Amino acid sequence: MATPTLDKADAAGAPEPGFADSPYITVTLRVRRFNPEVSAEAVWEDFQLEIDPKERVLDALHKIKWDVDGTLTFRRSCAHGICGSDAMRINGKNRLACKTLIKDINPAKPITVEPIKGLTVLKDLVVDMEPFFQAYRDVMPFLITKDTNEPTRERFQTAEDRERFDDTTKCILCAACTSSCPVFWNDGQYFGPAAIVNAHRFIFDSRDEAGEQRLEILNDKDGVWRCRTTFNCTDACPRGIEVTKAIQEVKRALITRRF
Amino acid sequence: MATTESTAAGIGPVEDGSFYNVDNPAPVIEAPRKRTRKTPKSTRGNFEMAAWLFMRLSGVVLVVLVLGHLLIQLVLDGGVSKIGFAFVAGRWASPFWQVWDLLMLWLAMLHGANGLRTVVNDYAERANTRLWLKGLLYTATVFTILLGTLVIFTFDPNIR
Repeated sequence: MATPTLDKADAAGAPEPGFADSPYITVTLRVRRFNPEVSAEAVWEDFQLEIDPKERVLDALHKIKWDVDGTLTFRRSCAHGICGSDAMRINGKNRLACKTLIKDINPAKPITVEPIKGLTVLKDLVVDMEPFFQAYRDVMPFLITKDTNEPTRERFQTAEDRERFDDTTKCILCAACTSSCPVFWNDGQYFGPAAIVNAHRFIFDSRDEAGEQRLEILNDKDGVWRCRTTFNCTDACPRGIEVTKAIQEVKRALITRRF
Repeated sequence: MATTESTAAGIGPVEDGSFYNVDNPAPVIEAPRKRTRKTPKSTRGNFEMAAWLFMRLSGVVLVVLVLGHLLIQLVLDGGVSKIGFAFVAGRWASPFWQVWDLLMLWLAMLHGANGLRTVVNDYAERANTRLWLKGLLYTATVFTILLGTLVIFTFDPNIR
């Protein structure tokens, strides 16, 4: 629900006492807030909300921003799990706020909402994504062919060849995986799961001809070999991509040089 | 910009009454980590791959070597009470056990050292800390491997 109706706004203010079967419950959102213009320290701030448990964490954040405290800052664009803008750490786990229902994360206790880890926090839940996208650019995530002429017909591919990298085409670059990776947390030099997933998408594409180059890039000392297979990335991925498996497939391709 | 009483101390509207302006700008947020076009320096060579493969292969071999070693030393034939100078001397008279122990020494030391190297890489954040920890690690590893190898090859059962 992108636009709040008048009903909702009223309900947020005062739940009608007459309705015993009101769908609204009281939840506490504990948001980690940071404003560099006010304080160098981040603080936890609690917000009490009347909200339908079938709504999402993003709706709760909207409710805070629109009705309670307009200074709350977070990213979101499509609000439907496609754009990958609103990855955040909810109850200690990286998720998309727009795909997490309140009822699924135990609303009886305060729900903690933090920015994703390992990237510089700019304000509240907004982080600097530049190191993340730099790693993404470094693996050359675009089709490269040796034939430089303009193609005159479609580049055909069998269904099996397409299936080979189907899983890794689902990435929405939300950074939930990379910012859940303990190796990335250390110094941020590791390429990170997301970059490797997007390299995998082209390395195993039969139409692409720069797989060897991408493998060489990921053979770097901060490449795939820093993966410790902790599976945090697979757990965090809101798209259900088997991230660790993709990384292992890149490792195997590097050893056998067959892809 | 409306805020409520629930706003915690230190957080509030910055539009009115901000003490930052053109002459007194807000502090720059230093990125704790950077990944730019220049860093990390790209490396050529297959060292990391070789190290990764070595960990898997030496691990498999070490399972056999170490479990066999523990079985012989601690379980079979009277267990730990039988171990003495004579027992060691008897074993090292045979080239088979010399090779076994040498292999175990080299593989275990390199396996462990490489594991610790990755731990240092993963947990030490500053370049200087890494340098010192790795220096210490490599020194200890080389010393232990050389000393152990020397003993296995120059062991003299008639020493007094």
